[in-house]
Amino acid sequence: MTENPPSYLDAGHTIRSWLLTTDHKRIAVLYLISVTFFFLVGGAAAGLVRADLLTPEGDLLTNEGYNRAFTLHGVIMVWFFLIPSIPNVFGNFLIPLMIGARDLAFPRLNLLSWYIYMLGGLFTLIVLLVGGVDTGWTFYTPLSSMFSNGHVVLVAAAVFIVGFSSILTGLNFIVTIHKLRAPGMGWGRMPLFVWSHYATSIILVLATPVLSITLVLIAAERLFGLGIFDPSLGGDPLLFQHLFWFYSHPAVYIMVLPALGVISELVAAAARKPVFGYSFVAGSSIAIAIIGFFVWGHHMFVSGQSMYASAVFSFLSLAVAVPSGIKVYNWTATLYKGNILLDPPFLFAMSFIGLFVVGGLTGLALAMLSIDVHVHDTYFVVAHFHYIMVGGTISAYFGALHFWWPKMFGRMYPLTWGRITAATIFFGFNLTFFPQFILGFLGMPRRYHVYAPEFQTLHVLSSAGSTLLGFAYLLPFVYLGYSLVASKRASANPWGATGLEWTVPSPPPKHNFVEIPTVTGRPYDYPVDKEDSR
Amino acid sequence: MSDFIALWPESASAYSGRIDLLMWVFTALVVALSAPVFILIAYYAWKYRAGRKADRSDRVNRNTLIEISWALIPFILIVALFVWSTRMFFTVHQPPPDAMEINVVAKQWMWKFEHAGGQREIDELHVPVGEPVRLSMASQDVIHSLYIPALRLKQDVVPGRYTSLWFEADKPGIYALACAEFCGADHSEMTGRFIVMEKPAFAAWLEQSGTDVSLAAEGEKLFRSNGCSGCHGPAATVKAPDLEGLYGSPVPLADGSMVTADDQYIRDSILLPQSEIAAGYPPIMPTFKNVLSEDEVMKLVAYIKSLATTEDTP
Ligand code: HEM
Ligand SMILES: [Cu+2]
Repeated sequence: MTENPPSYLDAGHTIRSWLLTTDHKRIAVLYLISVTFFFLVGGAAAGLVRADLLTPEGDLLTNEGYNRAFTLHGVIMVWFFLIPSIPNVFGNFLIPLMIGARDLAFPRLNLLSWYIYMLGGLFTLIVLLVGGVDTGWTFYTPLSSMFSNGHVVLVAAAVFIVGFSSILTGLNFIVTIHKLRAPGMGWGRMPLFVWSHYATSIILVLATPVLSITLVLIAAERLFGLGIFDPSLGGDPLLFQHLFWFYSHPAVYIMVLPALGVISELVAAAARKPVFGYSFVAGSSIAIAIIGFFVWGHHMFVSGQSMYASAVFSFLSLAVAVPSGIKVYNWTATLYKGNILLDPPFLFAMSFIGLFVVGGLTGLALAMLSIDVHVHDTYFVVAHFHYIMVGGTISAYFGALHFWWPKMFGRMYPLTWGRITAATIFFGFNLTFFPQFILGFLGMPRRYHVYAPEFQTLHVLSSAGSTLLGFAYLLPFVYLGYSLVASKRASANPWGATGLEWTVPSPPPKHNFVEIPTVTGRPYDYPVDKEDSR
Repeated sequence: MSDFIALWPESASAYSGRIDLLMWVFTALVVALSAPVFILIAYYAWKYRAGRKADRSDRVNRNTLIEISWALIPFILIVALFVWSTRMFFTVHQPPPDAMEINVVAKQWMWKFEHAGGQREIDELHVPVGEPVRLSMASQDVIHSLYIPALRLKQDVVPGRYTSLWFEADKPGIYALACAEFCGADHSEMTGRFIVMEKPAFAAWLEQSGTDVSLAAEGEKLFRSNGCSGCHGPAATVKAPDLEGLYGSPVPLADGSMVTADDQYIRDSILLPQSEIAAGYPPIMPTFKNVLSEDEVMKLVAYIKSLATTEDTP
């Protein structure tokens, strides 16, 4: 037996040792802190929006103030929380551990991505301080290019910058997964978490440049009046929408695919069984990534695009539901004859599945042309994407946090508090967003600061739910923070899970593995216990 | 339905009733596809929870047949829904030829409506019951979106192009009308009333808010005052196309292609005359981009349209 080397947390305690680190695990922690910060800023904006909507007249904010609040909420949540959250925190921390590597392929590039992310974040905070922007996170032209009096160019710069961080992270993951797998880890033995990050990285690398170009065009149009999107100069406002959604639709898969990977891990560990239909689940990630590139036009059914184009986009959008459905059914089947631990990670996973199903199926409603004509740009859409992105992605994010926390910091947390949080988030979430489906179907448009009085009851319910939800999101700060100083130490494998990350001590040593492991079996190789109980 | 909490929007046309039916069927399907998931997850989580005695022998990790079936069955159901909903979508994009035309101009932050007889209204749209109505819409500034929930219809109004919407309302009443595309500071106040009237009441309303000048007549005035007639008129010396009978007919272009002279073509010819040049004419027409507003252009279109039908109207 060799002496265990010191953990990555103990390898240097100076600020410098953190800010100049090239250790993927420390960079993950840097991301954890910064992503959490932006979650709070974006959440504060959501709180303002919801408080303002308590009354039909919107007494709290001015029109401009309201528009700026929801725009910042959207911008921050999308680019500074949802897209980077799971890949940059958990992907960074786990991919090398899961494939038996000592680090990512390009450790310094990885650190650079974090600095670029922070630079983009700094721009966003400056925009916040100088008064914000009022175009919605979608920046539709010609509103953004000619009519807005917010700081459009600054925000475009912020998002442009953060895009580079995404691209670099994506490249780094792809090369790492190709080159650094431990001996014996063939593609068929890769954890599903790694598969889904592989699919995500492909989208990041292919789609993000289109967004960057689009943002440059917007800035140029605004500053120099180029006329690319300006109809009076022969430009086309719909061109902007095509470019924007060509990135932004795949972007929603950037947000949700890593979450799907997390859930596969959590479900297998909770059931102590291999994921049912491993290859279908892995393949469906790739299918989602590919089909996801061809559905962007479903954001434009009422924009005046050709109805034949709309029909094609509608069909492809409906088709994406199939691989997503496969995953849900496979997770359910995984539980069959499992040996299920009802711990916080599993409760978050169940909550994910429930909310993801509702979000996904209402997405089918939106993909159907004639129904979308009615509910497009209403609260129905707001509810739909919150179910997927907030209900889905954030449940997975919290699930991951509760599952890998002992690994990351070497401490257990009080499980009961984790269970209470999971249940409260689930309840608060549904109370917040379910009424919005009804609101939207009744005809309440989104981005409205004043609204017809008959919508008030549902808005009040939603605001009440959001208060509860906001409170539940804050709870983990207390008990996870507390665990860092006062909880009992975690063993290397507190959940009895499989996977290379659980074979190293908690927290892992600086270079992960003293000796690179050799993989001999399939993933999720849980002992088949025929016993009635464990 | 109670006033405290409404659950289903009012419906003012046969079409909206059909949308509601599709929505019901869809909801039923959604429940059928997802209920097993919810029920089984909860049941398994309870039945197979750690420490509980249960039969865990013969566990399977894959079953290709089952997996293909739960990919295929939802797919087939989805194709059925696709066909149903797409056919409905196509009907709302193919207006009947005899639809009554109303012009709509959207601007930050109001809706302007103009009836063929020249009657104008702002943030209110009166229509007769049981008659197909076609809205021809233009925006003066940013993208807006005309949304009438009671009809389950909306359509973006995009600067630089005409978009349209048609419907046949069949239930008199007063309904909401809104802007659904975020359009700037007062977006949420860009709302109005959609008023469906019995035919006699509508006729009376037209009469009472009537002007002496129809849209086409106003367009004719603009045609003269802006100097269009100097080139296009019968006595003109400049070689410019004759506009009589133009509307709806095919036009050969200088680059060899053909277009149909519809609203959009006429609008573009006025505002962007260099983009599509009619074959055989020199490209000398000046742009009227900064001279005419969207509603003036619409009046000119109405005038040119009326020239197409002069023969058969007395
Ligand atoms: C308590 C939690 C939350 C509440 C109450 C909330 C509320 C809202 C509301 C009311 C809107 C609609 C604004 C409008 O269109 O009129 C909105 C938009 C949005 N929310 Fe949230 N939200 C919450 C959390 C989140 C989270 C966690 C994310 C992402 C991680 C998120 C992402 C978005 C996005 C992308 C938009 C679109 C912004 C836009 O319309 O431009 N939200 N949210
Ligand atoms: Cu508007």
